[in-house]
Amino acid sequence: MKNAVPTLIAMLALAGGTFLLRLAGPALRARVTFPERAEKLLEASAIVLLAALTATAALTEGHGFAGLARPIGVAVGGVLAWRKAPFLLVVLAAAGTAALLRLAGVR
Amino acid sequence: MRSLWKTLDRTQWRDIALVCLAVGVIGLSYGAIAVTSGFAWWFPVLMGALVLAASSEFLFVGIIAAGGSPIAAVLAGLLVNARHVPFGLAVPDVLGRGWKGLIGTHLMNDETVVFAIAQDGLPRKRAAYWACGLGILICWPAGAALGALLGSVVHDTDALGLDAMFPAVILALILPALKQRELRRTSLAGVVLALVSTAFLPAGLPVLIALAALPLFTAAAATQGADQGTDRGADR
Repeated sequence: MKNAVPTLIAMLALAGGTFLLRLAGPALRARVTFPERAEKLLEASAIVLLAALTATAALTEGHGFAGLARPIGVAVGGVLAWRKAPFLLVVLAAAGTAALLRLAGVR
Repeated sequence: MRSLWKTLDRTQWRDIALVCLAVGVIGLSYGAIAVTSGFAWWFPVLMGALVLAASSEFLFVGIIAAGGSPIAAVLAGLLVNARHVPFGLAVPDVLGRGWKGLIGTHLMNDETVVFAIAQDGLPRKRAAYWACGLGILICWPAGAALGALLGSVVHDTDALGLDAMFPAVILALILPALKQRELRRTSLAGVVLALVSTAFLPAGLPVLIALAALPLFTAAAATQGADQGTDRGADR
C-alpha cells in the first residue's frame, strides 16, 4: 500500500470525526429539552433522510443514473414489502431481480 | 442481555439477523474492492470496526485508490456521515448512558436507526437498536475480512444484484412510517430534492438537502395544531 501512514492517519481521523458526528445529536439532547412538536419534527427528519438515502442508493451511481437493473430490483422489493411479504423475500427478490435483469443484458 | 432477548419476538430477531447478514455480504464486496485497490487485508477490517459506516468507507477507499489525497478522503467521508447528526437527534433515548452510551453512539447507523424507529415503545426500540447494532459491529468487519481474503473472486458483486439489497432493506423498514400522509409528502419532496442535487453535489450532501423539504411537514403539523386550537406560535 502506498502512503500507508498518511492513509492510516486519515482513516483514524474519519473514525474519530464520525464518532463526534454521532455524539453531537445525543449530546445536544442531553442539554436541551425539546417541545413535543419538535420531537415529532426530529423523527420526521430521520424518515426524510432515510427516504432520500433509499432513492439515491437505488437510482444513482456517482453523479449519474445507476441504470435500470438496480432500481427495478429495489422497486420489486418495495412492492413486496408494501404487500406485507416476509422481509427475507423482500431482500432476496430485490437482489434476485437485479441479478436476473443483468444476466438478461439489462444494465 | 436476557431482557434484550425477550423484548423482541422471533420475527423481529429473524429480520435483524437477515439485515446483519446482508450487511456482511456487502462487507464481502467492500473487503474485496479494498484489497484489489491495493490496501492491506487488515485495513478494511479495522476501518470497518472503527468507522462502522459503509458508504463513507467505500468512498474513502475509492478516493485513495484513485490517487486522491487522504485529506480529501477524510472530508468526503465526514460529509457522507453528517446525516448521523440528525439521526442522533431523532433517537437519543435508545443509546444508553455512561460508557454503554458511548458504545450505543458508535452503533448508530442507517439500519439501527431505521429499526429503532420501526418499533413501538422504548424497550423494543432499544432492543432492536442494540441487537441490530451489535450484529452489524460483528458482521461488517467479518464480511470485510472474508472479502479481503477472497479478493478478486467476489469482485463483481453487482452481478448478484447485491447493490439492490441495501436500498430495499431501508425502503421496507420506512414503509410503515410513510403511511402517514404529511410524512409521505415531505419524504417524496425530499427524495426529489436529493435526486436532482445528486447531479451536481458531492456524495452525502444530496441526502442532507432533502431536509429542506421539512417545512412541508411543519406546515402540515401547524395546520393540524391550529385546527385543534393549540398554540401555533411557540415553536422550537
